[in-house]
Amino acid sequence: MQLLVNGEERTVDVEDDMPLLWVLRDELGLKGTKYGCGIAQCGACTVHMDGVAVRSCQVAAATADGAEVVTIEGLGSPDALHAVQDAWIAHQVAQCGYCQSGQIMQAASLLETNPEPTDDDIDIVMGGNLCRCGTYPRIRAAVKTAAAKLQEA
Amino acid sequence: MGRLKAIGRRSFLIGSAGVLGGVAFGTFMAVRPHDNPLTADLAEGEVVFNAFVKLTADGITLIVPHADIGQGVQSAQAALIAEEFDIEVDQATLSFGDPDPAYYNTAFADEGVPFMSFDESTVAETMRGVAGGVIKMIGLQGTGGSTSMSDQYEKLRLAGAVARETIKAAASLRTGVPVADLRTANASVILPNGETIAYVDLAAESSQISPATDIALRDPSEWRHIGKPMMRTDTVAKATGTQTFGIDLDLDGMVYASVRTNPRKGGAMISFDTKNAENMRGVQAIVPVTNGIAAIADNTWRAIQAVNEVVCEWGPAPYPAETAAHWDEVAASFVDDRLDQEWRVDGDVDAALAGENKITIENRAPYVAHQPLEPLNAIVRISDGLVEVWTGHQLPRFLQQQVAAVVGVDADSVQFYNQFSGGSFGHRLEFEYIKQATQIAMAMPGTPVKMTYSREEDFLQDYPRQLAMSRAQGIVENGQVTALSLDIAAPSVLASGGQRAGIVTPGPDAQIVAGAWNMPYDIPSLRVRGYRVPELAPISSWRSVGASHAGFLAENTLDELIRAAGADPMEERLRLVNHPVHRTVLETLAEMSNWGGDLGPNRGRGLALVESFGVPTAEVIEISMTDYGIKLDKVYVVADVGQVIDPVNFENQVQGGVVWGLGHAINSEITYSDGVAEQTNYHAAEGMRIFQTPEIVVRGLENATKIRGIGEPPVPPAAPALASAIFDLTGERPREMPFFKSFDFV
Repeated sequence: MQLLVNGEERTVDVEDDMPLLWVLRDELGLKGTKYGCGIAQCGACTVHMDGVAVRSCQVAAATADGAEVVTIEGLGSPDALHAVQDAWIAHQVAQCGYCQSGQIMQAASLLETNPEPTDDDIDIVMGGNLCRCGTYPRIRAAVKTAAAKLQEA
Repeated sequence: MGRLKAIGRRSFLIGSAGVLGGVAFGTFMAVRPHDNPLTADLAEGEVVFNAFVKLTADGITLIVPHADIGQGVQSAQAALIAEEFDIEVDQATLSFGDPDPAYYNTAFADEGVPFMSFDESTVAETMRGVAGGVIKMIGLQGTGGSTSMSDQYEKLRLAGAVARETIKAAASLRTGVPVADLRTANASVILPNGETIAYVDLAAESSQISPATDIALRDPSEWRHIGKPMMRTDTVAKATGTQTFGIDLDLDGMVYASVRTNPRKGGAMISFDTKNAENMRGVQAIVPVTNGIAAIADNTWRAIQAVNEVVCEWGPAPYPAETAAHWDEVAASFVDDRLDQEWRVDGDVDAALAGENKITIENRAPYVAHQPLEPLNAIVRISDGLVEVWTGHQLPRFLQQQVAAVVGVDADSVQFYNQFSGGSFGHRLEFEYIKQATQIAMAMPGTPVKMTYSREEDFLQDYPRQLAMSRAQGIVENGQVTALSLDIAAPSVLASGGQRAGIVTPGPDAQIVAGAWNMPYDIPSLRVRGYRVPELAPISSWRSVGASHAGFLAENTLDELIRAAGADPMEERLRLVNHPVHRTVLETLAEMSNWGGDLGPNRGRGLALVESFGVPTAEVIEISMTDYGIKLDKVYVVADVGQVIDPVNFENQVQGGVVWGLGHAINSEITYSDGVAEQTNYHAAEGMRIFQTPEIVVRGLENATKIRGIGEPPVPPAAPALASAIFDLTGERPREMPFFKSFDFV
C-alpha cells in the first residue's frame, strides 16, 4: 500500500486489516501517535486522514491506501509549532502527555471546521479524547487561545 | 590521579549537618552513608560534587532520581538544584540516573509512623527519624506517596549549593580573587570586574579540590525559581509528539511481544494450543511465561493478534470468583480477631454511644483500576550475563531485584534505564509485566524484546485499589456532632503489594484508615478502628492509596451526621477542626467559594476536608440538576503544602487530582465474575471526560511547617464532597461508589 504521510510518499507491505495506528508506529517509526485502547474509546491515536480527524486504530491499512495522512509530527515541530501546539505549550497542558498528541490533532481538526468554537462545541468535539491525568480545564483554555490566535492570523 | 575520590555523601552530609544545626540530615549522621554512584566512571577532569551534580568540560548533568510519571517531578527536581547552583534548568542535561541506594527517600517515613502529620513532638520526630534511618540504611529508592518534594526539598538545594561553592573555590584558586568577592549566575562565575568564567571551564580545577562543606541555603526572598511559575522541561516535547515514552523506544534488532496471562489473577495456565497462532504473519515464537503465554512477532499488532489466537485453558482464581463474595468477606470482618488497630480514641466513646439516638451509617468503596493511558510495556535484553531493562518505574532497585531473581543473577547485573511514563497512578509500582518481559527475553538471548500489553490485558491484569466498607455509629445533639465510632474494613494494600515486592510488612496497615483516623476534628467522643480483611484479589496502591477509600468513608459519614444534626457542613467542620493550618484551609475555602451564598434553583453544594500525605485539602463542589442528570458546575480547592514549588504545575496537579477523584467516584469500578474482571476497556470504566469536567478553582496555602507533595492529596476529598453536594441537591445520600449506580449524571 501507498500513503502520503506528512507530505512524504511511503510504501508499506502489510495485511489489509492492520490498523493505520500500527502502520504509523511500528512500520514507519512515527511514535508521536499513541496506542491507548484499540477500540476508539480514548482518542490517543487521532490523526488526520484526507483532512478529517480519525482514530487510526480503527482505520484498516487497506482503507488508508492512497490517503493523505497527517500525524502530530506533520502538524508542527518544536521549531515550527502549529498554533494549537503553541497554545498547548503556553498553557502547559500536559502532565504525563501520553494523550496529548491525539488531543492536539483533534483540536486542530475542530478549529479547521469551526474557527470560533463555543464551550459546548469544545466539550462535544473533544469528548472522545480521554485524559487520565485530567488536564481538561487546560485543554479548554488552550483550544480557545489557539482559536483566537488563528483568527488573528 | 587528579581525580576526585569518592566524596559526596559523607562530606556532604557532615557539611549540611553543620548548616542545618543537626536537623534532618544531622539526625542520621550515625548511619553509614552510601557511596556516590557518580564517581564510578569519572574520567580525568570530570567532577561530581555529590550524587546529583556532575560537571565536565562538555556540560552539566543533573541526576533527578525520582521517576516522572506525569507529575512533572523531573522539572521540579532540576529547579531545586538550579535554584542554588545558579543555572537555568535548560543549561543542564537531566538524567534519572542509575538505581542506587544513595537515592534513598526518607520522606516515606512519615506515612509509616502513627502520628498526626502536625505532631512535631520529640517522640513523633524521633520515630520519624528512626524510620528514616532505616530507609536510608537500606537505600530505599522510590517515587510515591507524594514524597518527591518533601524528600528532595533540602537535599537537592544543598546539592546545588555545594556544587556552586566548590566551583567558586576553584575560580578563586585560578584568579586569586577571594571567594567572598565572586558571584555566580547563568552557569558562570562572575568576577568583580564583570568577567565571567563558565562552570564547564572550571570542571578540571574543581575536580582537584574538596567539595565545599560550609554551606548556607539561600533565604527564600532570593529565590529565582521556587514559588514562581516555571515552564516544565517536558512541555514542548509533549505538545509535539517528540517525548519518548518507554513504549516508543526502538532498539536495533528488537522484536515485539505481547502476553496473555490467566485473567483469574494468580491462577495457573492448565494448557495451551498455539496452532492458530504460530503460522500467522510475522510470528517468530510462542513462549510460555508464568501463568500465561507470549507471542513474539515483528511488530506490536502482530504480536497482540497472535497471542489472542492462542487457545488457553485457565485454572481457577485464588480468590472468590464473584464480587458479592468479596463484599461478604469484607462485611464479615468487623470482628475482634480481625481488628488491625484501634487508631484513635478520644473521650469515652462507648458511654457516649450508649444512648438511644444512635445514627448508624454504612458506606462502601469498590475496587478500581489504575489504567494510565500508556499500556504497560518493557524492553528487556539479556546478553553475556548482563540484563538490561527499559521501562518507566517507581521502584528502581526493587525492579532490579525482581528481574535478577527471574534470570538467576545478582541485582548488580541488571542495568535499568528509567523512562518517562504515560501515567501511573500506582500502576508502575508493580513488577509482573517486567518479569514477563524478562522471561520472554530469556527465550531470545541477545535480542531486545519489547513486550506491550493490549489494553484488554492491562485491564484484566490490573491489581486494583482495595475495596472497603465502613460501619459507623454517631450521636448528634443540639445541632452538633458529639460522638462518632468509625470502623473501616479493607484488605491490606501494604501486605498485598509488599508480598509481590518481597517485603515483609509487619504490624497494622495504616492505609486501611488513612485519611480517617487522622481526621483533624475534635469530636468529644471519637474512635477510629481498622479491620483487616484477609487478602482477596490482589490489590495495589492507587493514587492516594488508603485515603482514596478511607477519606471517602470518613467524610461521607461525618457529613451525614452533620446534616442529621441540622448543622451547616462548613460551620460544623470549622467548629470541630483542631489545628490552625487546617482551620485556615477551611476558612479560605469558605471565603473563596462564597459558602452560604444563594445558588439558585435546582442546585446544590457539598464540602469535604481530608488530610492525606500530610496535606490538608478541602473542596467545595457545586452541582445542578438538569434534564440529563446531575451536572458538575464548579469545584473550589484549597490545599496547604508548606511551599508551592511551581504554581503552574501545582494548579494542574490539583485539577487533575480532582478530575481523577470525581470521575472514578461517578463511574468506575472493577467487578469480578468467574474470577475475571468484567471491565476490559475504557468504555466500561471510563473516568471523567471533558464534557463532565467542572471549572476547578485552585488555591495553594503555605502555612504548614513542612513541605509536602500535591500529586495525591486532591483526590480523597473529591468523592465525599460530591456525595455531600448530591445530598444537598436531592436529599438522598450516596453511600456507595460508583455513584452512577444510584444517580444519573450528565
